[in-house]
Amino acid sequence: MQVYLDNAATTKLDPRVMKKMEPYFMKEYGNASSIHDLGQSAFRDLIKAKEKVSKLIGGETNGVIFTSGATEANNLIIKGVALANRSEKKNKIIISSIEHPCVMESAKFLARAGFKVEFIPVNSEGLIEIKELEKLIDKETILVSVMAVNNEIGTIQDIAALAKIAHAHGAYFHTDAVQAVPYLKLDVKKMGIDFLSLSAHKFYGPKGVGVAYVNRQVKVQPQIIGGGQEDGLRAGTYNLPGIIGLAEALELAYKERAIYLKKVTALRDYFWQKIKQEIPELKLNGSLKKRVPANLNIMFGYIEGEAILMDLSYKGVYVSTGSACSASDLRASYVLKSMGLDKNFLNSNIRFSLGRFNNKEGIDYTIRALKATVKRLRSFSPIN
Amino acid sequence: MALNYTKKTLDNFLKPKNVGKINKPDGYAQIGNMVCGDQLDFFLKVEKGKIKDVKFLSFGCASNIATASVLTEKVKGMTVVAAKKYPWQKVVAELGGLPNQKVHCSVMAVDGLKKAIADYEKSQPVAKKKATVKAKKVAPKKSISKKNLASKKQASKKK
Repeated sequence: MQVYLDNAATTKLDPRVMKKMEPYFMKEYGNASSIHDLGQSAFRDLIKAKEKVSKLIGGETNGVIFTSGATEANNLIIKGVALANRSEKKNKIIISSIEHPCVMESAKFLARAGFKVEFIPVNSEGLIEIKELEKLIDKETILVSVMAVNNEIGTIQDIAALAKIAHAHGAYFHTDAVQAVPYLKLDVKKMGIDFLSLSAHKFYGPKGVGVAYVNRQVKVQPQIIGGGQEDGLRAGTYNLPGIIGLAEALELAYKERAIYLKKVTALRDYFWQKIKQEIPELKLNGSLKKRVPANLNIMFGYIEGEAILMDLSYKGVYVSTGSACSASDLRASYVLKSMGLDKNFLNSNIRFSLGRFNNKEGIDYTIRALKATVKRLRSFSPIN
Repeated sequence: MALNYTKKTLDNFLKPKNVGKINKPDGYAQIGNMVCGDQLDFFLKVEKGKIKDVKFLSFGCASNIATASVLTEKVKGMTVVAAKKYPWQKVVAELGGLPNQKVHCSVMAVDGLKKAIADYEKSQPVAKKKATVKAKKVAPKKSISKKNLASKKQASKKK
């Protein structure tokens, strides 16, 4: 049996999305920048996709910029907004201490370019307290960036409240909402979001396509230049199959949101209750309450995350870990570190991320596999 | 990130040899890696200068477990003098190679075993003969009397 519980890493393409994309490979293959009929037909579909996306996130159609994914979107927004709005009086950006590496690295790039970069801490629940942003923000701040949902622990931040603080100090607000679909209803205008990033493959769309939503009132310096596509904000031939797939996937995600949330919450709760009862010495990392219902990040005492992962993998259960041994730089998860997790627990965590295609049978199998794995590895652990 | 464990590494991870403790061991050591947080405990039983039994406990990744498994298999039956010199490169070779970022696991396993042997040697009656001191920084705490660490020059290096 194969049970995929790594949906926060990527998801399987929904067959309905695949079907929508198909014509754009061999029939509707025109370049949306060409002015002949085949090209203009593609252009019309591009605009329709933008309309669809903007409606789903409560934004303007011309604010939807398609990118190669969220890494590019985050690079464009963090670097592009900071660089385009820098002045003698404004030279600072603020991000949270648990952002995705692509936001972290973009911020570090700006620090090397002379910007002041501040990091908002999180509490032991993995949540940002508003007062922490208030301590750091000032009139010098150009941009505040806080992810809506954390990729490792699934915690949800109060985006609207954070955006309000940013605006009160004359700063713009960006949220990396990659893990938020469809768990949060996104409404950029209502929530005060100037910039937002999405990635299609996190919600059953194709890999290689994402969205940078931008408030077009704000200057943004493009990071990929060339043929002037996307109003000059992102050059490169429009990836029509991907764009069509993204729009369709996003629409399906929100159309089926209520049913999906009910299902995934029930499965997750069942899973958590069961293993809490049946496996001793484990602990949930991050708030259970302010967390997306697809995520469980669990610390299994006395054993190492990569070993748990490999043992489960052998049994066909696919998960993820933030342990040092799993990383190419041999460093444990900075997200868990930021939460103040004891260093003895840093390497014992497993992330289970559920999704649309999971069912109870798979969860039951996972529980059995997990029990055996934990028991085996603990049987020769030197710690206890 | 590429993480291609060989079949042999996976086999040794899934069915590790020599896991467990030895009661009243002749030698014991714990070793940890400050960077990745892994830990290994080694237990030795020595008879007539030979490793009669060796066991280990692990808090570590698949390759940590596999390297300790293969190392303990290899040194069982060896003289302590030879076992002390078993190189980590041989552990890697035994497993058919390790991913680059995992090579340090084999170094740690070998260091841990050496430490356990040093612990054994510490408790041995003073070996008078030619005390060729070869030990570097070995056991912690007590200052180590050099003669206990004597290792014979002609120690065989073969497996």
